[in-house]
Amino acid sequence: MNNLFRSLCMGLLIMCGAPAHSEILHTEKSLYRNIEVYSDDELRCLRFGRYTGTRQSCINLSNPDNLEFNYTRMMMGALYLNPNPQHALIIGLGGGTLPTALRKLYPALQIDVAEIDSAVVRVARQYFGFTTSQLTHATEADGRVFVKRALTQPVRYDLIMLDAFDQEYIPEHMLTREFLTEIRGLMTDQGVLAANTFSSSRLYNYESVTYQNVFGDFFNLKDSNRVILIRRNGLPDMAEVRRNAAALEARLKPLGVQNEWLLSKFSNAKDWPANTRVLTDQYSPANLLNSK
Amino acid sequence: MGTFSLSSLRKPLVFVLAGWSGFYVMAIELLSGRILAPSFGNSIYVWGGVITIFMLALSIGYLIGGHLSVHAPSLRRLGLILMAAALTTLPVIIWSDALIDMVFTRVSDPRYGSLLASSALFFLPTVISGCVSPYAIRLLVTQLQASGQSAGKLYFVSTFGSAAGTIGTSFYLVLLFEINQIFTTLILISLLLGSLAILFKPASHE
Repeated sequence: MNNLFRSLCMGLLIMCGAPAHSEILHTEKSLYRNIEVYSDDELRCLRFGRYTGTRQSCINLSNPDNLEFNYTRMMMGALYLNPNPQHALIIGLGGGTLPTALRKLYPALQIDVAEIDSAVVRVARQYFGFTTSQLTHATEADGRVFVKRALTQPVRYDLIMLDAFDQEYIPEHMLTREFLTEIRGLMTDQGVLAANTFSSSRLYNYESVTYQNVFGDFFNLKDSNRVILIRRNGLPDMAEVRRNAAALEARLKPLGVQNEWLLSKFSNAKDWPANTRVLTDQYSPANLLNSK
Repeated sequence: MGTFSLSSLRKPLVFVLAGWSGFYVMAIELLSGRILAPSFGNSIYVWGGVITIFMLALSIGYLIGGHLSVHAPSLRRLGLILMAAALTTLPVIIWSDALIDMVFTRVSDPRYGSLLASSALFFLPTVISGCVSPYAIRLLVTQLQASGQSAGKLYFVSTFGSAAGTIGTSFYLVLLFEINQIFTTLILISLLLGSLAILFKPASHE
């Protein structure tokens, strides 16, 4: 099948977008998207949408502990704000990179994962070494619904990571003031939130004021993605961040997280116009804004 | 003279009401997904539930509209139907948060939760909107021979309105306005068009 595909590409003289060493391991049409797992030299990656989709997750087969994407390294910056989490919630599983890394760092951490697509959970288990256990639960649910439901329970989290994406961007109902207020309600006083966003468009400003509106100041870490880091009862000063970073250095290094690199990303500059409109459940044309 | 020119507007107004009703139903259907998403998610089954309820309501509306058209049909009554659909949409603006919260706490399965909430909020206005098309056809048909042609034109206008309501709402309106602002505007336009129709005295043949 793969050979057939290659010869088709050659025959038609079209760019198929797949590098020479790339091999497709698995494709699947789930209820929500086309899922594709492929290998690219030493990397094994997950993407949504054939060939055009952005990579959701990659693991390095010869060094599976290593966090391959800068954004996942920046998400670990949350630990500089709370170095000893007890109960984590991750919304959006992808290849399971984040829960797998947290499990290695904290063997006793309780981890809840909300993932809308059961096929993604299956693929993460089968191809990316994601495992569930008594301490790691994966719930198949829309992230927003999971959060709303969790609010009616006594459970509260001291580490929340938002990493829910469809093939376009973050779903619109998970970008609003109401959603972030619900997230805030799920956090303990010392609770920390890390949100992965990668908008470089007009949406960047809307996202920023919406987070600011609900949480106040946040650390804004930028690379090709932007990661927002928040602590519910206020940001620590940089001295505390550095102390926590130093204490975690030896444990984060095997994951490919370099202290100095990560610390250099910390910024709380507000580089967006303050008069931008806040996104709400009533007004959240996020994906339309993102395309402009 | 005045009465004469006014009655020449009768047919065009029937088409306008039917086209607007098509626009109205689809605009509301799209916004209903937005209203339900915070509590029930954006999952495929939430849309499945919404579309089921709208289709079911429209089918029942067609039946009732056809039945109503048998007895003394008039443009005035068609206007009243449009206004009734608008007024029964009002609870969506006023009570949707409370109602959705109530369903959310009682029904844990988001499929049945969204089905229940969309029935409670959108079933009635959509049944009434469904009455518009068959009723409008009755007002257009004067000869048996041309009845299919009248029905065809009416379907064209009302479905074209639906297409316009779908693209207009999803591409543009949500970018410019809040959901409740869009609902309010839709309701006001329906009330306005309905009152225009009410101004028409029953025609001699009606």
